[in-house]
Amino acid sequence: MRLEALHLDRGGRIFLALLAVTTLLVPILNLAVPADSPLHVSTYTVTLLGKYLTYALLAVAVDLVWGYLGILSLGHGAFFALGGYAMGMYLMLQIGDRGVYGNPDLPDFMVFLNWHELPWFWHGFDMFWFAALMVILVPGTLAFVFGWLTFRSRVTGVYLSIITQALTYALMLAFFRNEMGFGGNNGLTDFKDLLGFDLQSDATRIGLFIASALALAGGYLACRYLVNSKLGRVAVAIRDAESRTRFIGYRVEQVKLWIFTFSAVLAGIAGALYVPQVGIINPGEFSPLNSIEIVVWVAIGGRATLYGAVLGALLVNYGKTYLTGVMPDAWLFALGGLFVLVTLFLPQGIAGLMRRKEVQA
Amino acid sequence: MKTLDRLRQGLLRNRAWDLTRPDLSLELNTSHGTLLYLEDISVSFDGFRAIDGLNLYIDAGELRCIIGPNGAGKTTMMDIITGKTRPDTGTAWFGQTIDLLRLSEPEIASVGIGRKFQKPSVFEPLTVFENLELAMAADKRVWPTLRARITPEQRTRIEEVLETIGLQEHRTRRAGALSHGQKQWLEIGMLLMQAPHLLLVDEPVAGMTHQEMDRTAELLTSLAGKHSVVVVEHDMDFVRSIANKVTVLHQGRVLAEGTMDEVQNDPRVIEVYLGGEDVHGPMA
Ligand SMILES: Nc1ncnc2c1ncn2[C@@H]1O[C@H](COP(=O)(O)OP(=O)(O)OP(=O)(O)O)[C@@H](O)[C@H]1O
Ligand SMILES: [Mg+2]
Repeated sequence: MRLEALHLDRGGRIFLALLAVTTLLVPILNLAVPADSPLHVSTYTVTLLGKYLTYALLAVAVDLVWGYLGILSLGHGAFFALGGYAMGMYLMLQIGDRGVYGNPDLPDFMVFLNWHELPWFWHGFDMFWFAALMVILVPGTLAFVFGWLTFRSRVTGVYLSIITQALTYALMLAFFRNEMGFGGNNGLTDFKDLLGFDLQSDATRIGLFIASALALAGGYLACRYLVNSKLGRVAVAIRDAESRTRFIGYRVEQVKLWIFTFSAVLAGIAGALYVPQVGIINPGEFSPLNSIEIVVWVAIGGRATLYGAVLGALLVNYGKTYLTGVMPDAWLFALGGLFVLVTLFLPQGIAGLMRRKEVQA
Repeated sequence: MKTLDRLRQGLLRNRAWDLTRPDLSLELNTSHGTLLYLEDISVSFDGFRAIDGLNLYIDAGELRCIIGPNGAGKTTMMDIITGKTRPDTGTAWFGQTIDLLRLSEPEIASVGIGRKFQKPSVFEPLTVFENLELAMAADKRVWPTLRARITPEQRTRIEEVLETIGLQEHRTRRAGALSHGQKQWLEIGMLLMQAPHLLLVDEPVAGMTHQEMDRTAELLTSLAGKHSVVVVEHDMDFVRSIANKVTVLHQGRVLAEGTMDEVQNDPRVIEVYLGGEDVHGPMA
């Protein structure tokens, strides 16, 4: 079934092969090659790569709804952040009495706020399976309810995009409040370990990197399967002629609702893998600007290709890391400029450029 | 709003309310040889009678052309058959058993009435084959659609339709890359995938080249027999090339009916067409 889904997807096969090679090589170059060798990959780099891979998964999720279904979501950062918070809550409760205040039951920020017991919605997050379930359920449920309300009232286009921005903005404001019980503007941090593995150790970092690569590959294959199915063709039909699709008997609202929810779940998983690697989650992740950035990655990489989204996420974030090191203030301008250039000269993104070559050959 | 509308229509129609009428039938029966009965249909828009006591019968398997000057009510008649517009008075039966006025638009589509609008609307980024696949009668809910695989029978069906509409060679082409005429045929093909008994085709050859018109004429005549086809068209050469029976509509009623020659020599028809109302040229 999976191989069949990849049959016509040359870009996808190249991407998955490169991902497999990287996933095999990076751990070897980190663990087995001595630190003074030029071939050595530092643990810092491993973690950076792992972070990029979670961004790539997020970009694939956005491409699924934007590229194939025509929903320009400017709020996918919210689903990413919610998945991240669910993971962060688990990691917080793993700290136990190793925090600054040494309270075995309460995270530091709650002791600081003079709270005496864990709020009800923190219960269960000390168990990994429960947190993992919430990583899927919380973004999924929010997307389902949001989609049910908006798609059913036939909100589309720019209006829908604006509402998704409002959604992530509202969540950002809410999570900034200390009373919400998610650590206010400091967020959740000072994590110690995950499933008993020390988060600072090289082996754990490698493990998280491999997990991110597997999640990206799995998410990619699932999305490829979906867009290659008849449902994927219905999605494209909805994108280009919504009422006509309704007229020939498809339940447009249902199709949108389920694909949107699935995409939000992918974003949540990406967020959950992101947090242990960067070591912090705070309300800044809900910032409307973040969600817009994701869309820019996809636009630069190339819409409606899936692998283009991966490419865009990796290239732009590499550029961001590089530029913020050299000229911290220039980043937003560079990103904006790049977006304008791509929109003007490469409407199909970098992937479109590759495809054009392929057609000519 | 919708309920209010329903209520209003229920009050307007000079017959009992839907709820009080039992046994809704969806089983087509044409044992008397007639597929569509429109009797005494009238509809007004803000006091203007677009359809005025219209009577029209379409036989099973027949190809009927409907002509008439602009504003004669041809499109409105199709709106009534497909449930888009509800008449103020009259009855509309599909076969002897199905009361069209009691069905919603999707229900009417599912009992076997397909309609092609004037502007071709195919799914441009999808291939010709995929367009037909999406239009095919099937379980169209989300999960079955995700899991759907084309069965050999379905493939045969798609191939048949491809052959009927003459687009076999173009099956893997993007629909957006087709010519205007080919898009029209593809859309007729998409209707055929839903296996309709009655096809309503509004102005199919507008904007077509002469070769395309000839192909369309062939296509529509080949459909008759298996399906009943009702064609609304202004182009008289085209109508002449396909029609054995022509109905002339004027001011919402049937003015004349018969072979092309009969209606063309009918003094009332000449009067209407030469009275200066027609912008599409004389009939001769
Ligand atoms: N929804 C509506 N509201 C008001 N008036 C309408 C409506 N639909 C149709 N009419 C009027 O009813 C009359 C019949 O229109 P119809 O579109 O059926 O004509 P037609 O025979 O299809 O003309 P054409 O040859 O131009 O397509 C016209 O005068 C039109 O303006
Ligand atoms: Mg008309």
